[in-house]
Amino acid sequence: MIDFALRTLPFLWDGLLVTLHVSAVVLVVSLVLGVAAGVGFAYGPLWVRAPLRLCSDVLRGTPLLVLIFCVYYLLPFAGLNLQPFPAAVIALSAFKAAHVAEIARGAISSIAPGQSDAGKAIGLTFAQRLAWVVFPQALRRFLPPWVNSVTDTVKGSSLVSLVGIVDLMLAAQQVIGRTYEPLPVYVLAALMYFAINYALSVASRRLEARFAYIRE
Amino acid sequence: MTEPLVRIRGLGKSFGPTRVLEGVDLDVGRGEAVVVIGPSGSGKTTLLRCINVLETYDEGSIQVDGVEVGYDGPPGPGRRPRRDGELARIRADIGMVFQLFNLFPHLTALENVMLGLTRVRGMPKAEARARAEHWLARVGLSDRMSNLPGQLSGGQQQRVGIARAVAMEPKVLLLDEITSALDPELVGEVLSAVQQLARDGMTMVVVTHEMTFARDVGTRIVFMDAARVVAEGTPREILVEPRHERLRSFLARIEMKGH
Amino acid sequence: MEYHLNFNFVWKYADKLWWGLALSVQLAFVSILIGCVIGLALALAHSGGNRWTRGAVAAYVEFVRNVPLLLLVYLVFYGIPSAGGFAYDATTSFVATLAIYSGAYLVEVFRAGLDAVPRGVIDAGKAIGLTPWQRFVDLRLPIMLRVVLPSLSNAFISLFKDTSLASVIAVPELTYGANWIKTNTFRQVEVWLVVWPIYLVTGWAILAALRQLERRFSLGRRR
Repeated sequence: MIDFALRTLPFLWDGLLVTLHVSAVVLVVSLVLGVAAGVGFAYGPLWVRAPLRLCSDVLRGTPLLVLIFCVYYLLPFAGLNLQPFPAAVIALSAFKAAHVAEIARGAISSIAPGQSDAGKAIGLTFAQRLAWVVFPQALRRFLPPWVNSVTDTVKGSSLVSLVGIVDLMLAAQQVIGRTYEPLPVYVLAALMYFAINYALSVASRRLEARFAYIRE
Repeated sequence: MTEPLVRIRGLGKSFGPTRVLEGVDLDVGRGEAVVVIGPSGSGKTTLLRCINVLETYDEGSIQVDGVEVGYDGPPGPGRRPRRDGELARIRADIGMVFQLFNLFPHLTALENVMLGLTRVRGMPKAEARARAEHWLARVGLSDRMSNLPGQLSGGQQQRVGIARAVAMEPKVLLLDEITSALDPELVGEVLSAVQQLARDGMTMVVVTHEMTFARDVGTRIVFMDAARVVAEGTPREILVEPRHERLRSFLARIEMKGH
Repeated sequence: MEYHLNFNFVWKYADKLWWGLALSVQLAFVSILIGCVIGLALALAHSGGNRWTRGAVAAYVEFVRNVPLLLLVYLVFYGIPSAGGFAYDATTSFVATLAIYSGAYLVEVFRAGLDAVPRGVIDAGKAIGLTPWQRFVDLRLPIMLRVVLPSLSNAFISLFKDTSLASVIAVPELTYGANWIKTNTFRQVEVWLVVWPIYLVTGWAILAALRQLERRFSLGRRR
């Protein structure tokens, strides 16, 4: 058994690195896009909010796997030829960005309108009000649900295996293809996913507890 | 007579079908403290919020120190609402103190006052700190500078709000019912801070329900009702010898509530 | 070279899509039913149980929530039979997976729902002489169900979307139908231009219907 684990672990380890790589890229891209969209939701005029609402609802209403296939097969038709890796990352990022946008919108709109008034009254511009008044306060509403949702991204990244990217999931499949021992390999892969995500969820619970005590 | 610091002419505004301001004219000279009184819903708070363009106005003109605040020119077709950056520069010279304080809850009292000085005035940190400390001391909060707003009483929070506004050295200070969210025993400390400012010659436009405050601090009193300015005069003319019928009944109602 | 859209192949095999969609909805429905039984049973076990049952429930919930659903699908379909020397068909296996998966999420939902039943209501039930079983069936359960209804709707929509993963073990649901048409006609663009809106519209329609249901049963504003 130990011998078996030692033989398979290097393969799974390489896959794990790909899983982490995909997750990290998706998290960064979706954070930037999602927060920008959240600001658009909270402050934009109707002609900004309406298309954002449509995009967000469409992205969140599509199964992630279907979204990956759609990006993979439909974007080339729109004149954009994509390798599997960028296609999968685009799909995962867009999906995640829609969720981040909803979290950001909620966090921003939880701040009393008087805060913006006060910022305006001392002569802050819109960008300055965001940077010094709105974001610092919105952060404590944003961070706990966002960290909590990081595990969704790590889990969702397993779908990239279906367009041929050798992440932890596909690495496990490939090992099984050689050893014909599905159960131990799947369990090993599951434990690796579990280790990452459980650590993340413990961290998010700590964070949530810390933010809960901050005075209004 | 010299040009007034704030010059309002034919100001009009609607919220949907409701007229909230109708043909308002008002001049505020340098060093004057004009107090606006009137029943709730009369438009006085909206008038105040138009002066620093927290509300936009549809008709007429508001000039502060000769500059039209809400638009790029005098009333007429084709005038353009001012952009965010222009408004920020104009607002930096118009101080405002709010009914619900609106302090930044994530910043200490000192940081609340410093934010505008460093970010808007571009002042070096040390200089901004010195000036913020000076104004907080003036409102009696020397020992509370590193407290967060949540750790301060309502009266203390409102005095931070005053320090935040006046530290910018505004040309005119707008006070929007600054004592109505305070417990009665905390009203005095806030009002005396404002009286001090008035004595030092700060130009102010004050919306209030406190008639004694109106009498003590106001150089002139304006009575608004149903979106219009109905009467205007010295504290004595308005509060002691009111001639207008609606003003008399308003004062009588206030009197009743006071006793 | 210009690509010309031609939907004829998609219409030709449209029955694969309609039957696939029907199966997707059924998979979600059966799974959430079993998931509710698991979730409610474990929520009750958790609130009434000793340290060991609570630990076991927590372990199940944490494991399922921290592992990708795709991995669970493979684990149940390929992994477990390989060790036990038996086999089951893909559809049964997938329903079992999705039920186990949703059960872990619904434990939390039902626990919160049970906690939301006011103590005073149970006291009032005692006061009029209801037995513990009656208090559960007539008071706790119906009140709790109304509280958790919105969460159940969300869970159902989410499971409906998750059924697309059944395609990886060849359960003939909607995504499998789409892939089948793609493989057999090479019309991948057309097929996904049709299947994507099917998922969207179906999901939104189900959600609208469930929201209607919630409004009827909401505790707040009943007329």
